[in-house]
Amino acid sequence: MVSFSVNRRRVNLEVDPSTPLLWVLRENLGLTGTKYGCGMAQCGACTVHLDGEAIRSCVAPVSRAAGREVTTIEGLSSDLSHPLQRAWIAEDVPQCGYCQSGQLMSAAVLLRDNPRPSDEDIDQAMTGNVCRCGTYPRIRKAIHRAAGMMSAGGAK
Amino acid sequence: MSTLHMRRREFLQFSIAASGGLLIGFYLPGASRLAAAEEPSGSAFMPNAFLKIGTDERVTVIVNHSEMGQGVYTALPMLLAEELDADWNKIGYESAPVDAKYNHPVFGMQMTGGSSSVWSGFEQYRKAGAAARAMLIAAAAQQWNADPASLRTESGAVLDGANRKLSYGQLAEAAAKITPPEKVTLKDPISFKLIGKPEKRLDTPEKISGKAIFGIDVRSPGMLTAVVARAPVFGAKLKSFDDSRARNMPGVRKIVAVPSGVAVVADSFWQAKMARDAVRIDWDEGEMHSFSTGQMMEQFRKQAQSPGTSVRRDGDPDAALAQAAKKIEAVYEVPYLSHLMMEPLNCAVDLRADSCEIWTGTQFQTVDRAAAAKAAGLPNERVQIHTTFLGGGFGRRATPQSDFVVEAVHVAKAAAVPVKVVWTREDDMQGGWYRPAFLHAIVGSVDASGNPVSWRSRLVGQSIMSGTMFESIMMKGKQYDPVSVEGVDDLPYEIPNIAVESHQAQVGVPVQWWRSVGHSHTAFATECFIDELAALTQKDPYQFRRALLTKHPRHLAVLDLAAQKAGWGKPMPNGRGRGIAVHFAFESYNAQVAEVSVTDGKVRVHRIVSAIDCGRYVNPGIISAQLEGGAIFAASAALYQELTFENGRLQQTNFHTFPVMRMNECPEIETYIVESNEKSGGIGEPGVPCTAPAIANAVFAATGKRIRKLPIRMTEAL
Repeated sequence: MVSFSVNRRRVNLEVDPSTPLLWVLRENLGLTGTKYGCGMAQCGACTVHLDGEAIRSCVAPVSRAAGREVTTIEGLSSDLSHPLQRAWIAEDVPQCGYCQSGQLMSAAVLLRDNPRPSDEDIDQAMTGNVCRCGTYPRIRKAIHRAAGMMSAGGAK
Repeated sequence: MSTLHMRRREFLQFSIAASGGLLIGFYLPGASRLAAAEEPSGSAFMPNAFLKIGTDERVTVIVNHSEMGQGVYTALPMLLAEELDADWNKIGYESAPVDAKYNHPVFGMQMTGGSSSVWSGFEQYRKAGAAARAMLIAAAAQQWNADPASLRTESGAVLDGANRKLSYGQLAEAAAKITPPEKVTLKDPISFKLIGKPEKRLDTPEKISGKAIFGIDVRSPGMLTAVVARAPVFGAKLKSFDDSRARNMPGVRKIVAVPSGVAVVADSFWQAKMARDAVRIDWDEGEMHSFSTGQMMEQFRKQAQSPGTSVRRDGDPDAALAQAAKKIEAVYEVPYLSHLMMEPLNCAVDLRADSCEIWTGTQFQTVDRAAAAKAAGLPNERVQIHTTFLGGGFGRRATPQSDFVVEAVHVAKAAAVPVKVVWTREDDMQGGWYRPAFLHAIVGSVDASGNPVSWRSRLVGQSIMSGTMFESIMMKGKQYDPVSVEGVDDLPYEIPNIAVESHQAQVGVPVQWWRSVGHSHTAFATECFIDELAALTQKDPYQFRRALLTKHPRHLAVLDLAAQKAGWGKPMPNGRGRGIAVHFAFESYNAQVAEVSVTDGKVRVHRIVSAIDCGRYVNPGIISAQLEGGAIFAASAALYQELTFENGRLQQTNFHTFPVMRMNECPEIETYIVESNEKSGGIGEPGVPCTAPAIANAVFAATGKRIRKLPIRMTEAL
């Protein structure tokens, strides 16, 4: 039995503790917003928050989450109100969309820790997240826009 | 029929049961679609196959192309909404089921490719909207007892001269009783309100909330997951397998042999994958067991020394070469490439005695359905494909052999359960259907005053069309594959003597269209070589091209626009160089200028300026996004990507050995669109071809070294 919390709800699961958190989220909990891309922490599509830190859930055994709080894209906001989601819409960021959950979850940690990131800060925080459609220029703009919205007091 | 109805009820009941629980949902996009077509429609007004209007004012556009990032779920609805005079805020989208009425009007099958969705839908979707609008007006005219000609439409409503108003939702039921018009009048482009505007993509909310359903996300009660052990070498045959360890692993339900290998079917992906890795398989590796790309390229170089099949011959290139004042020879080489969509391949199949339902992200519905029906032993009409969002396509999901769909049907059949086959990243990369490796041997010459007089391109590489169902159509009467030579057979430069020759290599590696297809290598070779000719005559590469393009105003316009916006000729920081390229592909013209520097043998691309003439455009925001993405896709290939084989085995497995450009390496990209009233061209692919040559030419400008091989390695530069 592994017990942890996902998007502020408690879950108790009978699951092999070595199973990557990614597959537990997707298959046991039906949270398919978190994506599989590489299985070896190379692409960032599976990024979620574990106690507020961005991790690659494809290489994190679910046992690592025991007793801790996991946040997935489904928990970023319930109504697209997170400043990053608003900025993503304004900059028309996604193309195929498959990597975007991971991009948003990485960006959310960046902005929380560094409300006015420079381009270099964005490079550092976002380089682990691959986008095959090439939305990087728009992701960069959207992060700056979200930072602007937050400093203008427009959001949490 | 009854199966499908029953299954729909099951699905609905399950949804209700699950909705109170913890986040658990089962996602079957379009699960009710077959049923919906047979039952009274939930929507009040379905004037044709492309839209429905509800009494709730919702206008749903049925999109016959797959959404793989290129924006068809926004651009095609814009076309329809324009003529309907719909309220854009009430527009939704739905993917079309497989049906002949959703065939590509030019290619004659339901598919997404060739950068053709917008131009092929340009009239189709506008006519569908215009027909619906005429019926709504007729319905309002009946209610008001008015002359239809006296009525107008605006933002989802019909109005009369006194500004009385009936919304489309209010009119939907009455409009459903009107006979569709035989002829419709389309708007004069001058009065377009939506077409040409950068409307935001409609699918963004789904894609930033985790709600968008891709093939890999499809689940249904009782559906198991399979991971397949496939041959390590192309063409290898299964001899025997030992599943004694795998059989007893947790969650494993079935282990079955299928034509492509051994499928492990389990309760979950991870269980299936772990057990798959524990199956020991003996393969008869066949003749590809010793294949190496190094030897293959050696063979290509030898082949290029002899004349190939003639594709184009202007003047007398051999005589001109013999008399040339100066000549130059160059050999360009490009490797096999993986499409590397972010979402690895997958396909879910529910095979019953009399029906087969498939959920997958495909670009090739008609072909896949026929192939699946054959594998399932059912007539075509008993097979339905529900197209999900595609986590990237780039051509891989348009497989003439329908490999990933057919395999999933075989697994479902052998295991006798509803099953979703999921490929790991390694499976996906090693699964074949790559952009073919190519070699271009080019000889060119100039006269004493520095004007080019001859050009001979000899290409060696595998045909994509050969051996497919398209061979007879595409290669009719030709001894070469037009797709291999596209982009060099129509070399636009004014050179009196031109020869293009093709050698079709026979190699057992499955190859396929990869974003921009033949243009992905022909533009690299031709646009680098024209630069080499310019250098031979000590001319500016931009001006040199201009002088040879006087009869090609659309090439010239994008070339000038890119050069001007990039500040061609203006000073740059030390160590930087600019390179330029121009190319016509998929009915659009693109030019790019790249700005690079090279430090310690490492190429850094700082800036790319891309100018496009894609005729009349629909959504400039999407066009910019496609140009940005196209340049990044191409830059990844130019700088990092190569698939190589040793002993028949692919040497690359995942992102660490087949890298993709990342945020910290991404250049600034500026995009510009030429205003045009010409017929619409493509946009998904045309932004790819110019990037590699623009970067390679910029490396020359920065370092004096020529790049003739991709990916760029400064140690191999000349």
